[in-house]
Amino acid sequence: MAHTATLTDAPSFYLTDEHDHEAGGSTMLGFWIYLMSDCLIFAMLFACYGVFGTAYAGGPKPAEIFELPLVAVNTSMLLLSSITYGFAMLAMAENRKAGTLAWLAITGLFGLAFVGVELHEFSTLIAEGATPQRSAFLSAFFTLVGTHGLHVSLGIVWLATLMVQVAKRGLGAANKRRLMCLSLFWHFLDVIWIGVFTFVYLLGVIR
Amino acid sequence: MSADHSHGHDAPAHGTRRSYLTGFALSVVLTAIPFWLVMSGAIGNNQVTALVIMGFAFVQVIVHMIFFLHLDTRSEGGWNMLALIFTLVLVAIVLIGSLWVMYHMNLNMMPAMGSHDVSVM
Repeated sequence: MAHTATLTDAPSFYLTDEHDHEAGGSTMLGFWIYLMSDCLIFAMLFACYGVFGTAYAGGPKPAEIFELPLVAVNTSMLLLSSITYGFAMLAMAENRKAGTLAWLAITGLFGLAFVGVELHEFSTLIAEGATPQRSAFLSAFFTLVGTHGLHVSLGIVWLATLMVQVAKRGLGAANKRRLMCLSLFWHFLDVIWIGVFTFVYLLGVIR
Repeated sequence: MSADHSHGHDAPAHGTRRSYLTGFALSVVLTAIPFWLVMSGAIGNNQVTALVIMGFAFVQVIVHMIFFLHLDTRSEGGWNMLALIFTLVLVAIVLIGSLWVMYHMNLNMMPAMGSHDVSVM
């Protein structure tokens, strides 16, 4: 390589004549990879719960503290929020702004109900003395379920933000892309919840 | 929808009302049965119940992946599926590895209760 080489005949290690990629063309794949990394966080927490799940330290056992009817209510809240988010996506695909916003608002309310029930459950447990400090089982339980709840809470913040953006700027390409990312995130959290209610609650109660 | 001249990056399958409702109906059934099995104790044998509800969870995860996350082998040119398979391998290593290693560690670190316990180590 001569020092006199101009920019044009310098070796290039990438496609210089790249054809048009519109902004955000790779966002969906990137976001999917983020979700996969999030999946690994939950895998770690599930593994911790699997290891510590029977370390009661003389404290309460799952069957004594879990209230399955409450968990069933919670599960249906999350499931309903999944289908309403789906309806928001359908309205978005048809470019119906008001419909999108309405379904997003309903989704947010179901999400809030989920977080509310979970906080109620946590506060009941703590009032009963089943605190995270009580045993390794409870530490692992609060960490796993709490991390999921935190994800849902932040998802609601994200949802509210997008509702403001859609209300102000309409359903442009960028906002549609953002809504699709949140769609993946929201449905992904529902998938994680399947693992939580099966392995933590249902299997915990019959252990 | 209008023809999209992007490479399909920006237009992953939205699903239809029908596919969302199908997925929702399946999820409700796949959620209700395990809850019912555990709350009523219909099977009687806890170990069998555990295996059955794990089976239901597995099927429900797949239902969600297909009907809600619109995952198929073609989305993003297959990279979504590849990333998922890679993640599942890691998840399996983390879960199985942790449980396996910690189970044996617990077993081996257990204070020997009687002299005959020593020989199994």
